[in-house]
Amino acid sequence: MTSSLGVDLDASRYVLRLADDALILGQRLSEWAVSSPALEEDVALLNIALDLLGQARHLLTHASELEGRGRDEDSLAFLRDEPEFSCALLVQVDNGDFGKTIARQLLVSAFHVHLWRALARSTDEVLAAIAAKAVKESDYHLDHARHWTLRLGDGTNESHARIQSGLDAVWPYVHELFERDDLVERLLERGIAADPEALLPLWRQTVTEVLSEATLDVPDVSWRPTGGRSGQHLTGFGYLLAEMQHLHRSHPGATW
Amino acid sequence: MTDVVMGRVTPEQVRAVLDEVHDPEIPVLTISDLGILRDVEIVGDLVLVTVTPTYSGCPAMDTIRADIRRVLQERGLACEVRTVLAPAWTTEWMTAAGREKLQAYGIAPPRPTRSGPVDVPLGLRGIRCPQCTSPDVAELSRFGSTSCKSLWRCNTCREPFDHFRAH
Repeated sequence: MTSSLGVDLDASRYVLRLADDALILGQRLSEWAVSSPALEEDVALLNIALDLLGQARHLLTHASELEGRGRDEDSLAFLRDEPEFSCALLVQVDNGDFGKTIARQLLVSAFHVHLWRALARSTDEVLAAIAAKAVKESDYHLDHARHWTLRLGDGTNESHARIQSGLDAVWPYVHELFERDDLVERLLERGIAADPEALLPLWRQTVTEVLSEATLDVPDVSWRPTGGRSGQHLTGFGYLLAEMQHLHRSHPGATW
Repeated sequence: MTDVVMGRVTPEQVRAVLDEVHDPEIPVLTISDLGILRDVEIVGDLVLVTVTPTYSGCPAMDTIRADIRRVLQERGLACEVRTVLAPAWTTEWMTAAGREKLQAYGIAPPRPTRSGPVDVPLGLRGIRCPQCTSPDVAELSRFGSTSCKSLWRCNTCREPFDHFRAH
């Protein structure tokens, strides 16, 4: 039973954003199953997806406890509709080719590494514990993305062109990760949230170092799409949810 | 089989019973070899067992929690299994016995993650081929059959093998 004493709707909404980012990126990466460029990459991308799913489960459970409405991790993952999800647009961007997926992985993993490191000091102890665990996993994910970015960027003309084009495609969606809205402001005052403005320079340094070594250009685009946090998602998001949720919805209460 | 009687059971006896609980994916390791069994406490008639997951998404945790409840219930012990995330699990918590069992099972054990005195047998401080013990080995893939492993190959005997990564 969830005690009503622990209810904290602001914190619940914030943790749910983090959970949704991990859950939806994990779902996107899972689409690579049996279609990666090599068997080892199938295993790698799905191991990363599994870490993200594990993080999402801990975060969803915590969001559920903070919400105090009796919606457990499964209800939150499988029974919410599109507008109720608060994941950033970047994690739902379609996989594209392997270059685009790696570009997205680089940008998201670099963000996660700095985010979890900051949240490991959150005044929300449960969130801090989840973050301390997740940072080790995200470090490994970033290493994977860095390795591939170098290999593709500093590889053949074809691989260079592919990852540069993937990078150009996903770059505009990055800005949303660093938005500081009213919810974040309130939680910053309480020491619960990580400060997106403090994360930005750290993220930029990590990413630009890799891009420069990979002989890739930092995209120069002014378009800054946003809306994921308030439930306005990309066109493909509904299809992703349909695939993720249909089994649970078609067989309510089913167990293995 | 350890005989235990509720009311007089000690944490040591419970730990001995819990040595029957193995990692379902690496069955040579007990949960204490792995270092995920963090605490055993007796509170009145209840055994409180605390475990810490290896990876956030480790699918073996559900089975491990169910196995803990099963072996204790078989002894008539009421128990509660708690999952605690902090401090985060590290391969430093794997016992020396656990590392030796892994190597014998064909999985190269994790290397120490920090300097200073660590409880790792000398022969297991670098990665050696679990088949022929050659130190001439190479990483094939940083990700393996489970979250905790990477895939390696021995350049001497040419056999591929799993390595339990330092974490």
